[in-house]
Amino acid sequence: MASGLLAYAVFFLTLAGIFAVLTLGLNLQWGLTGMFNIGVAGFFAVGAYSAAILTSPESASRVGGFEMPFVVGAVVAMLLSGLLALLIGVVTLRLRTDYLAIATIGIAEIVRLTLKNESWLTNGVRGIPGVPRPISDEPLVYLGVVAVTLAVVYLALERAQHSPWGRVLRAIRENEPGVQAAGKNVFRFRLEAFVVGSMIMGLGGALYAHFFGFVSPEAFAPLYGTFIIWVMLIAGGSGNNRGALLGAFGIWLVWSATEMLTGRLPAEWVTQAGAIRVLLIGLLLQVILLSRPQGMLPESRPKPRKKKPLADG
Amino acid sequence: MELVDFLQLLVYGVVYGSILTLGAIGVSLIFGILGFAHFAHGDLMTFGAYAALVVVVALGWPVWASIPFAILLTAVVAIAIDQTIYRRLRRTAPVILLISSFGMALVLRSVVQLVWGPRDQVYVSGIQLPYRLGDIIIRPDHITIVGGAILLVVLLHLFLQKTRTGKAMRAMADNMDLAAVSGIDAERVIMWTWVLGGGLAAAAGVFLALDTRLHPTFGWHALLPVFAAAILGGIGRPYGAILGGLIIGIATEMSTVWLEPAYKPAVAFGIMVLVLVFRPTGILPGRR
Repeated sequence: MASGLLAYAVFFLTLAGIFAVLTLGLNLQWGLTGMFNIGVAGFFAVGAYSAAILTSPESASRVGGFEMPFVVGAVVAMLLSGLLALLIGVVTLRLRTDYLAIATIGIAEIVRLTLKNESWLTNGVRGIPGVPRPISDEPLVYLGVVAVTLAVVYLALERAQHSPWGRVLRAIRENEPGVQAAGKNVFRFRLEAFVVGSMIMGLGGALYAHFFGFVSPEAFAPLYGTFIIWVMLIAGGSGNNRGALLGAFGIWLVWSATEMLTGRLPAEWVTQAGAIRVLLIGLLLQVILLSRPQGMLPESRPKPRKKKPLADG
Repeated sequence: MELVDFLQLLVYGVVYGSILTLGAIGVSLIFGILGFAHFAHGDLMTFGAYAALVVVVALGWPVWASIPFAILLTAVVAIAIDQTIYRRLRRTAPVILLISSFGMALVLRSVVQLVWGPRDQVYVSGIQLPYRLGDIIIRPDHITIVGGAILLVVLLHLFLQKTRTGKAMRAMADNMDLAAVSGIDAERVIMWTWVLGGGLAAAAGVFLALDTRLHPTFGWHALLPVFAAAILGGIGRPYGAILGGLIIGIATEMSTVWLEPAYKPAVAFGIMVLVLVFRPTGILPGRR
């Protein structure tokens, strides 16, 4: 019993950690810069498939199985997700954010269609099995890998957020004409933030692929995946990296709890469990937006630097 | 490609385009009045289609007769969503409304799935005898869809041009502040926007279900082409949406000549990207 509980805790924390990586990526795009991405699952899937194709053993039914090391897969996952973001960002980031939102649905849809139909690359609906875990198969070790990755992403983003670069992003969100008047290239800053955020999502996808050892077009449940990550960020507090972490773990806890709840439903309702859970989370989002739109940990304004005392004269 | 095949695809394209038009007009109206892209619009279509299913199954009415009921019920649901949720968020940034509507899309879809089940369904099973014009095949449903869409667009046109509310609506879409100072009751106009948007979405949903079949996610999958049609016609301009819908519909069906049908949904996206790159205000000349 105790060991079963421990195993579940490790499973829970690993997945929550992977979601936290994704939520941090979205926080850079939405929380900090105000860019609306509904295609999270698309970038996530590109990352997961890149890692899976590069690191899995050889297979006759599709390209690859290159058995490359974990790090190579993760880096390529980030590069390809970033490239996809660059393409869509160049087209839409000059326009208002509604267009970006609509375009990202399209990206997620096209990624899904490609994964499903290009079997030479992705093995189609059967998916890619045998994605190995780095270092050892021990779940605890992989939890460590996820934790270290999450820590690195978190620290890097915290640093970026308080750097001049991060302050420009925040300024763009708050007052775009002002930033333009200050002579900054708004489009370029947006594009950078969008690409980096999507690269982090790609990294999250790679972590996911190695955790389950298997990827398939259905494994992502694309819309729910994107939606959960949005709820995590909004609930935790958009614009605040610690809020994103808190939201990821908190909402993942709620989501897992609804699974236990629907597990108790009478047998004829079991097939509907997924719909009930989505309904509950969807209503939760509305309640958060209405009652506490800033989330559990609201964004903290950067403190103004202390001015140096003016020199005499 | 032979002429016959071309004409056949054109028929399919006009049918699909009529459906998209009805959805895109609503998206465009809501964007014009409320200033946000309504992400639950596809799922309002789904809801409307299932509302008609109730009448068709319970009362045994023909599908076309059930459409007024679907329009009414969906308009009521749209107003209810607006009054309970969107209205309270209106004072914040419009993008918060976008997030909320994205969540609402999933709520609507799960409700549909809980009430009507996750399976594919049809209004009337069995094969309809198609009409033949030479070698071109036209199903009776196609005539219902295109005829119904034309009727609704004409009614909408009369509403926007002749009634006080319609004129107020156009004024608000043109210039919100000017409309407000000239004494237009904004809340009333917003309510009518949801009646029209929700009602047309319901009709679009019923027609889409006639053309294909009912499924809890079929409206969501129509959302991308609907948005593409609205953007192509110039978002915020309901008349442009008619042209946008037809172009997207025809292009999607024609694409099967050279593109694998599995990638059909990507056509709308491709056109939308081209529009966003070259003419983000839409293809019709005009303001903005």
